[in-house]
Amino acid sequence: MAESSELGRRQFVKVVLGAIGALMTAVIGLPAVGYIIAPAAKKQEGEAWIPLGPLENYPIGKPTLFNFTRSKVNGWEKTVNSYGAYVVRYTADEYKVFSNTCTHLSCRVNWQEDAANFHCPCHDGIFDIQGRVGGGPPPRPLDEYETKLEDGNLLIRFVEA
Amino acid sequence: MASRIFHWLDARLGLTTIYNVTLDRKVPKVNWFYTLGSASLFLFILQGVTGIFLAVYYVPSTKDAYNSIQYIMNEVAFGWLIRGIHHWGASLMVLVVFLHMLRTFFFAAYKFPREITWLTGVVLLLATLGMGFTGYLLPWNQRAYWATTVGTEIAGTVPLIGDFITRVLRGGTDLSGVTLARFFAVHIWFLPALIAAMIGIHIYLVIRIGITSIPKDGD
Repeated sequence: MAESSELGRRQFVKVVLGAIGALMTAVIGLPAVGYIIAPAAKKQEGEAWIPLGPLENYPIGKPTLFNFTRSKVNGWEKTVNSYGAYVVRYTADEYKVFSNTCTHLSCRVNWQEDAANFHCPCHDGIFDIQGRVGGGPPPRPLDEYETKLEDGNLLIRFVEA
Repeated sequence: MASRIFHWLDARLGLTTIYNVTLDRKVPKVNWFYTLGSASLFLFILQGVTGIFLAVYYVPSTKDAYNSIQYIMNEVAFGWLIRGIHHWGASLMVLVVFLHMLRTFFFAAYKFPREITWLTGVVLLLATLGMGFTGYLLPWNQRAYWATTVGTEIAGTVPLIGDFITRVLRGGTDLSGVTLARFFAVHIWFLPALIAAMIGIHIYLVIRIGITSIPKDGD
């Protein structure tokens, strides 16, 4: 029998086996975790100026939807996503462009002509013509696109989330 | 504390009994050839685990199969490693299972009372080859396509029903997306389920009957 202060043979084997086991678990486990989370760890960022056509084409006082698509690669496939931008001209030179994505849970909002507000069909979120929350669950106003005018053409800055 | 938890579980699950019966068995003095069965089991589990991980990204369609594997190999972290283990493990498993069969044959370990162990082993060997055959098509590259064309064509040389067998294997007259889908189903569900069941019987019998000793001169 080994004395209690010494590391006995059995004890030594147990410790070595435990250490090798822990090392093997790490060597196998870490790649496995990395394998699963790899697509989530890949950030896809991109930005572009999207032309929306001549500003004068958009009526004053009536929010008008402009649809566009952006494609990106997910895994081995190209995914085409649709986006919508509401161009709102308050006066001849005063205008804003809002994303039509509801700030609550990302459904798409519609401009209601009779109620004069943006309505989200999923949970009855309401935004006024300035994009401010007018009722329902949305936590913040509609997102606004950065805009610029080039030779009378309206462009918005699209940033990939 | 740990020992108290263990005793609580042991009293209810019989862990000590399981340990004594499965791992603390009395065995004759044997040699390294007797480890081939355990090696086969280990490789089956390894193929199972890496296969489950591959299924996270692999898509069995003619449009996606090749691209999804390219994605696994080039984009996914350690995808090359997991597919590499599955790829080489497959060849190694066929080799080890075959050597295990040879060991059993040459040591006459298939005789009474171990005939059923041998018979389940025959099914396991054939199922392992089936795994190799079905898995080979899944990358859906040129080699996979033509290997399966040839393989299913060979099955067609069976007298009378050969043509029927080929069409069943292919899911029609041509090698198509239907073939890929059914090979995938057989590869990840039918054969693994069969193998797992057969391993259960096989190992139960090994534990119940015990292993053979090395035959001596005059046996």
